[in-house]
Amino acid sequence: MEFEPVIGLEVHVQLNTATKIFCGCSTRFKADANTQTCPVCLGLPGVLPVLNEEALRKAIMAGLALNSTIATYSKFDRKNYFYPDLPKAYQISQYDKPICLGGFIEIKTGDAAKKIGITRLHLEEDAGKSIHSEDPGKKVSYVNFNRTGVPLAEIVSEPDIASSDEAYAYLQNLKTIMKYLEVSDCNMEEGSLRCDVNISLREKGTRPFGQKVEIKNMNSFRAVKMAIEFEIQRQTRALSGGERILQETRLWDANRSETFSMRSKEEAHDYRYFPEPDLPPVMIDQAYIDAIRSRLPELPAQRQARFVAEYGLPPYDAEVLTASRPMADYYEAVVKEGVNPKKASNWIMVELMARLDDPENVQAFNVQPLQLASLLRLIDDGTISGKIAKTVFEEMARTGGDPASIVKEKGLVQVTDTSAIEEVVDRVLAGNPQSVADFRSGKGKALGFLVGQVMKESRGKANPQMVNEILMKKLS
Amino acid sequence: MLTAKTLTELTTLLDSGEASSAQITKEFLDRAASLNPRLNAYITLNGEGALKEAAASDARRKKGALLSRHDGLPLAIKDNICTGGLRTTCGSGILRDFVPPYDATSYEKLKAAGFITLGKTNMDEFAMGSTTETSFFGPAKNPFDTTRVPGGSSGGSAVAVAAAMAPAALGSDTGGSIRQPAAFCGVVGIKPTYGRVSRYGLVAFASSLDQIGSFARSVDDAALVLGVIAGGDRRDATSIDRPVDFRPSELTGDVEGMRIGVPEEYFQGVADEVKDAVLEKLKQLEAAGARTEPISLRRTEYAIPVYYLIATAEASSNLARYDGIRYGYRAPDVKALEDLYRKTRNEGFGKEVKRRIILGTFSLSSGYYDAYYLKALKGRTLIIRDFQEAFAKVDAIVTPVTTTTAFRIGEKISNPLEMYVSDILTISANLAGIPGISVPAGTDRAGLPIGLQIMGNHFQERKILDCAKAVERVSGPLTPAV
Repeated sequence: MEFEPVIGLEVHVQLNTATKIFCGCSTRFKADANTQTCPVCLGLPGVLPVLNEEALRKAIMAGLALNSTIATYSKFDRKNYFYPDLPKAYQISQYDKPICLGGFIEIKTGDAAKKIGITRLHLEEDAGKSIHSEDPGKKVSYVNFNRTGVPLAEIVSEPDIASSDEAYAYLQNLKTIMKYLEVSDCNMEEGSLRCDVNISLREKGTRPFGQKVEIKNMNSFRAVKMAIEFEIQRQTRALSGGERILQETRLWDANRSETFSMRSKEEAHDYRYFPEPDLPPVMIDQAYIDAIRSRLPELPAQRQARFVAEYGLPPYDAEVLTASRPMADYYEAVVKEGVNPKKASNWIMVELMARLDDPENVQAFNVQPLQLASLLRLIDDGTISGKIAKTVFEEMARTGGDPASIVKEKGLVQVTDTSAIEEVVDRVLAGNPQSVADFRSGKGKALGFLVGQVMKESRGKANPQMVNEILMKKLS
Repeated sequence: MLTAKTLTELTTLLDSGEASSAQITKEFLDRAASLNPRLNAYITLNGEGALKEAAASDARRKKGALLSRHDGLPLAIKDNICTGGLRTTCGSGILRDFVPPYDATSYEKLKAAGFITLGKTNMDEFAMGSTTETSFFGPAKNPFDTTRVPGGSSGGSAVAVAAAMAPAALGSDTGGSIRQPAAFCGVVGIKPTYGRVSRYGLVAFASSLDQIGSFARSVDDAALVLGVIAGGDRRDATSIDRPVDFRPSELTGDVEGMRIGVPEEYFQGVADEVKDAVLEKLKQLEAAGARTEPISLRRTEYAIPVYYLIATAEASSNLARYDGIRYGYRAPDVKALEDLYRKTRNEGFGKEVKRRIILGTFSLSSGYYDAYYLKALKGRTLIIRDFQEAFAKVDAIVTPVTTTTAFRIGEKISNPLEMYVSDILTISANLAGIPGISVPAGTDRAGLPIGLQIMGNHFQERKILDCAKAVERVSGPLTPAV
């Protein structure tokens, strides 16, 4: 029997508001433990939450970018459970009336495009962080409440994802969209993006869903991909062996690259959701939504299409360049300097990206758009060859220097003086009689060798096209 | 004797220089200290702190830099309102040593107006109770008969005011917790419209029902204190900013042409003496120009189940934070987290609180939510509709506050159902979020006070205060024997 996976993702995105969702504490990451707290986020007796409008606005921005419907009436609910990092013993979340409903993200795996449905996006508060002492002799746990009350948007997908690659593409696109909107840093290692997977298998081509399993504790997109692949294999093996899949929550163990059972259905919490009486329902009028929509930045898909239409780029180039907003901005800044768009794209995709760990950090790269544009102009006006330009770029990337100065300092200006080139050619021809004879007897290859020798003699500075022409003239 | 004076009278004495805030404060503190062993009205007396505050007020007066017209007046505060630096126990063992690091908005406003805090008053644990018997610190006693309950949950505040251990007090009212003890102790107690006073810093029992209000020996004084603490608060999203139009100088006590509804449902099962006293006052109100008419609040019978489902559901969640991890009582000698939770909460909470947490947890549980909690929300909507229909025809509704006068300590504590049912006349106002006031309407044959309740539409505090003032004129004040 052949099986196919049915996958849905629940992604928590930390919204990068200046202050927490229900109090005025800072949300800065990596502050000293428990320094960003107040009676409200510590859940002292008698305190009350007040909704941070910036969190609401950013959730609406995210919803609009995900093609969701923004609810004009939504409300908050309490999700009750005991845990030391949850000071009120309930999380303020949204249960049956989330701020955003429906929507989709378009993904591409290989050449196939697909829409992954979004079920909902809702706002909630983050919990604190438990830290367990690593000293085995000391059975102590600590809690850091700095993260308590940081706003989260939970984005739940439809079970439309059919492979680990699709899940990966979904996460990439979701992250890109959030980063374009500048509503979240989406850093999975720092926990500003977290992803849980719901996965089940069903007989290929049939409709009913199999028993689903929830997987948690992945700290990178790659880990999500691996966990899905592991789980598909595990469930396939189990089902093929006649076993039943249990409804449970499993954790990903990154060291052993496998999932293991955390709790079964019987141990699942009853969260006793009920409407949060301390917060009035959120009523949003259409004008407010429209105002946010009108201020949305251009989103990755739109920008990609525009790059193809406006700059005549191949779709692949446009996709790579727009995958990160800073990179797309960088590209456009180079093109604005009058550089040929395809040439700019080639240089960025080949030379620049090879030297950059994360395209998001392009703003900190030593070669900024104006410098790259001047380098490309030096090629266009024949000052340096494309090959020399690569050396210059290398130097620019290392030192942050200006291309014209580097060319000047290192004497890299291209030699276009015919007599100077002829001189070198004569020297090379005189020094390589065998190659000259080979060429004349019809061995075309010998020409390449001779060109190479001339370039070597001129330390790469001779104009290659002129070298070719002069050689041909002298050999015929 | 300064302790016999009302806030209004004390203000005059302060203004004329006949008494200093230090003198007034000291007299109240002394009287409180001497009566407290018998009445147990206060959990914490703020002796030193109050005298310091009074001295500061007197110094301001000398410099002509008063914070408000009420600068230097003392009062008491219920022990579920957070007072920064001053122990706030909520009448519970789990918060027996809790000193809040912040102020409730109502307390902050009182301080900003120059009021002096005499102490924190006794109450049913987490305001759950109608007698102050569930307090971790022992029951408060009714000053008219110390074998009887003062009512609750704000029993300590009512006793303090009735026995002149404070000229006024703050209380909180979730299902009658101001009005019922006011009735049992023969003082004025007002629960304003939900949202009129910020709940920030009021330790939550049932968030959608809780509201802070005031106790005093006169309607004017109750209005005065309420006027100081009223107002919208950006720290409480459920507070509503409405101008205060009921300052003592604005109250006339004029009921000429006022339409008063008398709901038949509120006179059933009420002791004859209580019923007769209220009906007599109604006649006197008519004589003063009011028009009374029978009305029906036909969903009243659902109020008890609706209230006890909603209040316990919210309480089960509100009280979950007392887990022994960050503050409050923590059980000793625990082995694991689960153990810590269980032992701390088992030892820290009293029986009634545990009962209500279990009730509320149950009604919110998966599979029961629709049948209990959701149904209660629907019932609440119907009760609100009853009042909307009534207030389309009348300006105020007059009823008894309680079905009987104060009962004996221990009489109902072992029968929770009977205790819950005794709240029937007060809880609907909380469910509907409307203001209600209890004003003395004489005594029964045993000399125990009877209270008359006036309910008004949302933000119609002025109307019910005017009506209460008219009742006060014909009833006169009550003074307990102690």
